[in-house]
Amino acid sequence: MGIAKNDIVLEIKNLNFYYGELQALININLEIKRNTITSIIGPSGCGKSTMLRCINRMNELIDDTRTEGEIFYDGRNIFDSDVDPVKLRRKIGMVFQQPNPFPKNIFDNVAYGPKMYGTRNRQKLREIVEISLKKAALWDEVKDRLLDKSLSLSGGQQQRLCIARTLAVEPDIILMDEPASSLDPIATMRIEQLLREVTDDYTIIIVTNNMQQASRISEYTAFINAKERRSGFLVEYGRTQDLFIKPQMKQTEDYISGRFG
Amino acid sequence: MKPREQYMESLRQLKNEIMKMGILVEEALSKAMKALTELDSDLAESVITEDMMINRMEIEIEDRSIALIATEQPVAGDLRHVITGMRIVTQLERMGDHAVHIAKSTLRFECKAFKKPLIDISKMAELCISMHREVLSAFMDEDEIRARNLVDLDDEVDSLHEKVQRDMFTGMVEDESFLSQALQLTYISRYLERFADHITNISEWIIYGKTGNHVDLNG
Ligand SMILES: Nc1ncnc2c1ncn2[C@@H]1O[C@H](COP(=O)(O)OP(=O)(O)O)[C@@H](O)[C@H]1O
Ligand SMILES: [Mg+2]
Repeated sequence: MGIAKNDIVLEIKNLNFYYGELQALININLEIKRNTITSIIGPSGCGKSTMLRCINRMNELIDDTRTEGEIFYDGRNIFDSDVDPVKLRRKIGMVFQQPNPFPKNIFDNVAYGPKMYGTRNRQKLREIVEISLKKAALWDEVKDRLLDKSLSLSGGQQQRLCIARTLAVEPDIILMDEPASSLDPIATMRIEQLLREVTDDYTIIIVTNNMQQASRISEYTAFINAKERRSGFLVEYGRTQDLFIKPQMKQTEDYISGRFG
Repeated sequence: MKPREQYMESLRQLKNEIMKMGILVEEALSKAMKALTELDSDLAESVITEDMMINRMEIEIEDRSIALIATEQPVAGDLRHVITGMRIVTQLERMGDHAVHIAKSTLRFECKAFKKPLIDISKMAELCISMHREVLSAFMDEDEIRARNLVDLDDEVDSLHEKVQRDMFTGMVEDESFLSQALQLTYISRYLERFADHITNISEWIIYGKTGNHVDLNG
């Protein structure tokens, strides 16, 4: 694929995933480059969300599921028995499609993670909250109302609050599952802008149904297609520009040109 | 209904418009050459006025392509073909201009007949026209192999152009009364040579449209 070994932050190897009888992912192999944005595109039901949930072992919380294969992060297979999934999820955070702030005030939403991981010092917490909100491009809008309820914010602001909450625990990788699909164009643009700005510090893997969004923000794109509309396999993975200008596979060309269905 | 039927139809229409423009350019060159060989100034005038049509088509096709990009966001092969189409109409417009230049040169001839029959120049024009037909059908069929093969004919046009230049120069030296005729004919040869170069540029864009690779056929 042309990514130097030491630039790879995450290596997915022969990943198969099952919900009971249903095989949702078929032999996925993917190397994610550090400090970049990688988009995952594909028809709905192809397993994009499932794949994200494998990466931080959230699928284990679902009954009757089975995972095969390996995901190497930091040189270790995350499925090894001595890897603590809670610690893993601190390093590999997740932002969901629907903004899901806690029913608390703005400050507490962001301070929640650091507190849980043991930061007690008020001054230190205040710093973390400010830095995280700044990175999430929300600070200027909320700095005078940090004790307001998070639900008083607009949808776009709530989503940026969730991003701030994720950033506050200093993750390495951020998984995003259609983070802008419920937002208006301006809120979407703000999120895209902030994603571009944080890639110095984080690696972002983003599932998006909006192909223009994938082509705008990501350096790499993976296209997953679905067998029988429910079992996902990787069709093509490469630089986003190459994929959108000169895809190698006809399936990719048909999908991104809207010639599917 | 098939997905994006309207969009596919727009892409097809765009291609048809480009073909129509290509045919107008062929007619312009054929007429300009007929006007030249028969020293028919009315016909030469008509080439000049009809060029407005070609210029208008360039702008129309560009506008339609831009609208298609803005509204449909073509990607991959579709995007390359829309871009290719825009590049091709730019070439076609300039080729129309060369037909006009030939017509204008024709109007500048004061003589009633040529000193010698226009054998090499006619041969160049014939080559240009068959190259032009070939490049248009290669475009229609997205056939990059045929597009690429046109370089051989372009080489023939180039060597004929060199021969015309040499002959005209010798002619001028031998007979001073031939000077202005020879100068115009040298220009005309040059316009034809440029016409053929534009055809190989079109070939390059056809190859890009099909493969995504840039090639240099004139190098
Ligand atoms: N909790 C679950 N239990 C059973 N099947 C599921 C569950 N979640 C997803 N699936 C199935 O797995 C497949 C992939 O789903 P998902 O990962 O949500 O796809 P995507 O995010 O690409 O739309 C679908 O066929 C879906 O119905
Ligand atoms: Mg999903």
